[in-house]
Amino acid sequence: MNSNKGISISVKNLSKSYGNIQAINNLSFEIGKAELFGFIGPDGAGKTTLFRILTTLLLPDSGSASLCGFDIVKDYKKIRQIIGYMPGKFSLYQDLSVEENLKFFATIFGTTIEGNYDLIKDIYIQIEPFKTRPAGKLSGGMKQKLALCCAMIHKPEVLILDEPTTGVDAVSRKEFWEMLRKLKESGITIIVSTPYMDEASLCDRVALIQGGNIMKTDTPENIINQFDTALYEVKTNTMFQLMSDLKEWENTESAYLFGQYMHLTINNKDSNELESYLQSKMHKDIEIKQITPNIEDAFMRLMGK
Amino acid sequence: MRTILFILQKEFTQIFRNKSMLPIMFVMPIVQLLVLSFAATFEMKNIKMHIVDLDKTPQSRAMISKFKGSKFYTIVNYSDAYKIAENDLKTNKADIILQIPQYFERDLTKEDKASVQLTINAINGSAAGLINAYTFSIIKEYNRNVLMEIYGQKLEMPVQTNTSFWFNPQLDYKTYMVPGILVLLVTIIGLFLSAMNVVREKEIGTIEQINVTPIHKYQFITGKLLPFWIIAMFELAFGLLIAKIIFSLPVLGNVGVVFTVASIYILAILGLGLFISTITNTQQQAMFIAWFFMVIFILMSGLFTPIDSMPDWAQKLNIINPIAYFIKVMRMVLLKGAGFADVLYQITALTVYAFVSLTLAVIMYKKKS
Repeated sequence: MNSNKGISISVKNLSKSYGNIQAINNLSFEIGKAELFGFIGPDGAGKTTLFRILTTLLLPDSGSASLCGFDIVKDYKKIRQIIGYMPGKFSLYQDLSVEENLKFFATIFGTTIEGNYDLIKDIYIQIEPFKTRPAGKLSGGMKQKLALCCAMIHKPEVLILDEPTTGVDAVSRKEFWEMLRKLKESGITIIVSTPYMDEASLCDRVALIQGGNIMKTDTPENIINQFDTALYEVKTNTMFQLMSDLKEWENTESAYLFGQYMHLTINNKDSNELESYLQSKMHKDIEIKQITPNIEDAFMRLMGK
Repeated sequence: MRTILFILQKEFTQIFRNKSMLPIMFVMPIVQLLVLSFAATFEMKNIKMHIVDLDKTPQSRAMISKFKGSKFYTIVNYSDAYKIAENDLKTNKADIILQIPQYFERDLTKEDKASVQLTINAINGSAAGLINAYTFSIIKEYNRNVLMEIYGQKLEMPVQTNTSFWFNPQLDYKTYMVPGILVLLVTIIGLFLSAMNVVREKEIGTIEQINVTPIHKYQFITGKLLPFWIIAMFELAFGLLIAKIIFSLPVLGNVGVVFTVASIYILAILGLGLFISTITNTQQQAMFIAWFFMVIFILMSGLFTPIDSMPDWAQKLNIINPIAYFIKVMRMVLLKGAGFADVLYQITALTVYAFVSLTLAVIMYKKKS
């Protein structure tokens, strides 16, 4: 917690529903200043709804929220001055060039590219060679970098990024997160959502959100530490058969594919029984190893509960 | 104010970058004026006539020669049986059947009266009406000749009609159509471009990004509407110029009146377009609704059929038809030389229209949902 530096975002009992669908349900949390806070959850968990409320694009049904002390309903004009928002869908003018987009967003905030160039320099320098290219013709990663520049150009105090790395290649994703860490260093509060669990470990704190509820809010380390059972990785010669055999086994608590291995938690602490079970199922080249869980295992376990 | 300028700059950059946009802006007025004005004419030049002459006498031949002599008629076939003629009408080989019965000449000379039968294909009602009128005037001419033969002297009708057509002495169809077509031109540009533009921002998602900025509602709307207002005014000037050069459109009144009314009219149309864009989510929906209004307004506007011939309710409905007002103004000013005082009613109506449609659009365009 960065509570010593003060609270940047405060949300109390926030709810919003669309007809019968409860998009977010009674959410409460606080985010400190200059914190990099991640919302992790599957599609339809309510991340975008929450972000649209925080960016004053949507009114909540009940509850309240404030950014830097400004109420999202009463002071929405002030909030629009201090936030930078990157929607999940690429929302810049595709027929305008990189430079024109950036210039446009700078001018409507009453600033110039030069005025806040320091802030975006590291990112902009990577797309500058393509500055005359229409934004619609950029690659996915470059589009996201441009969108980040446009969201940053007015020096916001809070940056809200809705799934900025969805549809972006692995290298660009890594670069993007490095940029976010740098921005955080300069004192900007960043909230980011992502469906990729591996990105969670890059945040200061993460909230696991599912079905409109926050299941857990903590630092990535604590979330991993709370993994309260032994985790095994299992591999045999026939992975497909292994998958169904493990799911059928009476001692299996959870089993899911993770890369080339199955990750498995069991009710019974002894892993020897597992080996004999697999042998009885005619598996060969059996590898069983106890491993330290990573953040994804922690989430899988939390979501299964 | 500075913000509006930036939005304007952005809009114009986008409009002129759009590859299909510029040609449309310049080609559309020319094509529309040329096609509609030359092709859409009320004159029937090639009426296909089938003649069934059962009499075969000098009198019946005299009547036939009247039609032969007319440049409007082509005699496509002669036959002795109405059945054959009827078949021609059914297969679209003939537009009209003229049947001269047996004993036509005898009846005419002995009983001083005889009849012929006309059968007209009325699939196209207005064409049928025209054919009927043309044919009647030819038979009337024939009657006069017959009377002269019988009484041996030139006969004068008791009541003489002398017609002169004011404001369009030659009854030139183009003079009548072109002012109206110019209105269509401005309307298409204004209505469609404004309706599609804002929806496009919604569709692409850019409106999300705009909405989280401190741009005010009025700034955004002004920035959206002003470019199309300028383009529409330019189109009108361009269209008028073409009409003047190619069709020698008479411009009797003050062009200033036309442009003043146009400036209000375009605001009303832009307001309508913006309103459509606020209640739709995709360009397809916006297009469909814009077409709906457009077609109804055009059909009721008096461009093709006179408003005076419409039923009472339809005439009343035209109170909400901006196209009807502007077409009326255009015709009055261009053909009749009307001034501000003469079109005050239309100006007032359009001003109210512009005010209402823009207000509605602004209310509907909510920055916060």
